[in-house]
Amino acid sequence: MNVSLLLIILLVGAFATYLAGDKLASKVALFFGLSALGCSIELLNQFNAGENISYLSQWINQPNIAFALKADGLSIAMLLLTTALTPIIIFSSFGNDYKNAKAFYSLILFMAFAMAGTFLASDGLLYYIFWELSLIPIYFIALLWGNGDTEERKKAVVKFFIYTLAGSLFMLIAFVYLYQQAGSFLLEDLYKLDLSATEQLWIFLAFFLAYAIKIPIIPFHSWQAKVYQKAPAAGTMLLSGIMLKMGLYSVIRWQLPISPLAAKEYMNIFIGLGIAGVIYGSIVALRQKDLKKLLAYSSLAHVGLIAAGTYTLTIDGLRGAVLQMIAHGFVVVGLFFIAEIIFRRYETRTISEMGGIRSQSPKFASMFLLLVLASVGLPTTFNFVGEFTVLYSLSQINLWFALLGGTTIILGAYYMLKMYQHVMLGETNSKVFADVTAKEAITLVLIIGVIFFFGMYPKPITDLITPSLENILTHINRVN
Amino acid sequence: MNTLIAIIGLGVLCLLFEIFEWRKAIIPVTVIGLLAVLGLNISEFNSPEAYYNNMMIVSKFSTAFSALFIILTLFLVILSHKFYENQPGKLSDFIAIKIFLLAGAVAMVSFGNLAMFFLGIEILSIALYVLASSSRQSVKSNEAGLKYFLMGSFASGIILFGICLIYGAMGSFDVIEISELSRSAELPIWFPIGIILVAIGMFFKIAAVPFHFWAPDVYEGSPTLTTALMSTLAKVVAIATLFKLLNVMNADLSPSFQLVIVIISMASMTVGNIMALRQVNVKRILAFSGISHAGFMLMTLLSTTNAAGTLLYYTSAYALAGIAAFSVILYVCKHNENEDITNFHGLGKTNPLLAAILTASLLSMAGIPIFSGFFAKLFLFNQTIQAGYIALVIVAVVNSIISVGYYFKLILAMYTKEANEERTATPITIYAVAVIAIVLNIALGLFPSYVLDLLA
Repeated sequence: MNVSLLLIILLVGAFATYLAGDKLASKVALFFGLSALGCSIELLNQFNAGENISYLSQWINQPNIAFALKADGLSIAMLLLTTALTPIIIFSSFGNDYKNAKAFYSLILFMAFAMAGTFLASDGLLYYIFWELSLIPIYFIALLWGNGDTEERKKAVVKFFIYTLAGSLFMLIAFVYLYQQAGSFLLEDLYKLDLSATEQLWIFLAFFLAYAIKIPIIPFHSWQAKVYQKAPAAGTMLLSGIMLKMGLYSVIRWQLPISPLAAKEYMNIFIGLGIAGVIYGSIVALRQKDLKKLLAYSSLAHVGLIAAGTYTLTIDGLRGAVLQMIAHGFVVVGLFFIAEIIFRRYETRTISEMGGIRSQSPKFASMFLLLVLASVGLPTTFNFVGEFTVLYSLSQINLWFALLGGTTIILGAYYMLKMYQHVMLGETNSKVFADVTAKEAITLVLIIGVIFFFGMYPKPITDLITPSLENILTHINRVN
Repeated sequence: MNTLIAIIGLGVLCLLFEIFEWRKAIIPVTVIGLLAVLGLNISEFNSPEAYYNNMMIVSKFSTAFSALFIILTLFLVILSHKFYENQPGKLSDFIAIKIFLLAGAVAMVSFGNLAMFFLGIEILSIALYVLASSSRQSVKSNEAGLKYFLMGSFASGIILFGICLIYGAMGSFDVIEISELSRSAELPIWFPIGIILVAIGMFFKIAAVPFHFWAPDVYEGSPTLTTALMSTLAKVVAIATLFKLLNVMNADLSPSFQLVIVIISMASMTVGNIMALRQVNVKRILAFSGISHAGFMLMTLLSTTNAAGTLLYYTSAYALAGIAAFSVILYVCKHNENEDITNFHGLGKTNPLLAAILTASLLSMAGIPIFSGFFAKLFLFNQTIQAGYIALVIVAVVNSIISVGYYFKLILAMYTKEANEERTATPITIYAVAVIAIVLNIALGLFPSYVLDLLA
């Protein structure tokens, strides 16, 4: 068995879902989502057993492009994240009644296909194709099933599309240039290239444009809040839970090892940009009145810290970043699902119109609280492990970075708890808040379970990713 | 050569059918005939040969492009079935003109002599003038035909003047002799002037900036099927011919001429895209988008020695997407006065299949993977960076981003606006052409080597 099977399952799933018709679509999609999860767990087992699960075949002769999929610990961790979140996202949409459901669920699976491909591809062009391909489904998901005024949504989504496309096209130029030098798009050939410092700087910047827009890093974040707000819940979860991890993953996999000189030379600038994102995101989040927008800005702050962690170029920084990527994926999906649960009952996302929910639904309140605490990085949650490791690595570079980055915990606790207070506490709301349904509860419990399990026992993931990160680090340090 | 004879025979046959009043059989017979011609053409692929004292040279280049032209004509002929259903009396004329146009196109890519080249251009152009004004009752169509004729014949005159200067300098019409002479001796000044005049004429035909002014008006005014023909077949023919011309006559373009091409290429992309952003008529949008694609195709001229495969790939990808897009336009605007974007409102709900096809073809033109338009741009960029024009590639990339703006305007109109009319008709021929064209486009994207390596 090799990794291409996983992609085939997801792609076939996308078509099968579309053909299944509106009534069955969600169930078929869930079935394929779960089989993809099963497949990636099986892949994990085989990988741990030392079997070769990569796939390589020639695709285009001239220029030399291979259909190369390669899985190391890092890729498998990201695959597990993708395939674990996809069924959760699909399952979380069961409570919504989407028009044209077959297209909706089919696009979700197609998006999972493209994202899984991005995490697996080890040929630059194949990687680029998957990277771009993931843009089309999310564009339609956000555009057609989103909420709010159509004109405004259209503007936000088109801006997002053009913005990300613009960034990635510059990455394409970088790849074509690299191809001219290496005669191949294969990752290992690109790692071997011996580029001058100027060349590396340009390539680093071209990659940076693509990734900074996707992640997003300040000052390329302006598309984010609007799109998160306007997209349907599932779309927001896909974007924040998995898609932005594509950018962070690519920094580690492609950008840093291909242009290490530039990464070292300008390290402080890029760490600084990440940390600026932390502070900016936290401060703007303080003032948000819309629940989804608040979560969007808090997400901006968290990924800023992750990006800063990757640019430290230390094993702790990379490891912390990857751990935090996975933790953030689960927490943010959970939080956006909370926003959706409230919206299903109150038809609003404005924080001031909420309040007094706890007394009506204590179960929901405690699950929400657990997610809020995880988001602010309480010890014993998964996020604490990641955040702490990243902050530690930042302190190794410069204590100020760690101190400023650490404000994420203080400010984060402040705005998240304040939000919790306004949304949940206070006098009992006059509007009735129906208790969470079994389906919603299962989704939330699953997410919380994952967060606390790995919060207390992160070793399996650390063991999985560390060897591949060390390998990448040797490529980064090959020239001095 | 046999291909050309067969095509002309087929055209004459179409006219005969009218005499015997077998109108119903015209399209099926022409389709079968064209398929046979395609087979004949493919059989010539591996046997390059020169005919009539090098008047015609059948090479891999010419047969590969001829095959593309024949396939495009095939699509256009099938689309004619629906398009001319109200004018059964003129059907044979329109079909025969298209077939003769194809003959001109094939002659243009297989010329071995400048006289043949000019003959080919004129056959193609005159057929196009007629087709542009073929909707006799419509003022717009008449205007389009007249504009195209005036401007087009002027361009033909310039080409002819260029050919004369080349003859004056070299004493021969034979391109092989010219190319040998151009390498050996010191060149008289008339030769480069001649080349430039011929190139200007061809720039006009492919609608490159600053010779593009005719395109939007003519595209808008002509009957939609003719617009489809101009923006796919005619453009592809012209760029292939220009490529061949520059390739055979002087393989190494002088640096100053390359600079001219770089500037024209940049200008075409930028002007075409920026003008397209403001249009509301879909045919005009596609006219300007065609201008910008002409700019992209011109990039192949910078490395004529090895870019033939890339050009074939780019033109195939572009033309197939164009055919798919135009078949949807033919369906949507069948009963409308104009082709404004408002007519496309709500197509995603009333006819999801055609909306998806139009979306796919626009995404292909915008260069989004996995459609072949993406690979076309990739190979082009790769080649151009190899030739050392990284600035041109960056301009091209910026233009690709701009182009998303207007392609998505149409996609948004189809999916986010409410439908303003019922669409119930299901014309089978339009469906067939649209589906086949877009499937071919995607197949080309998945297996690019089959086309790309043909001319390697």
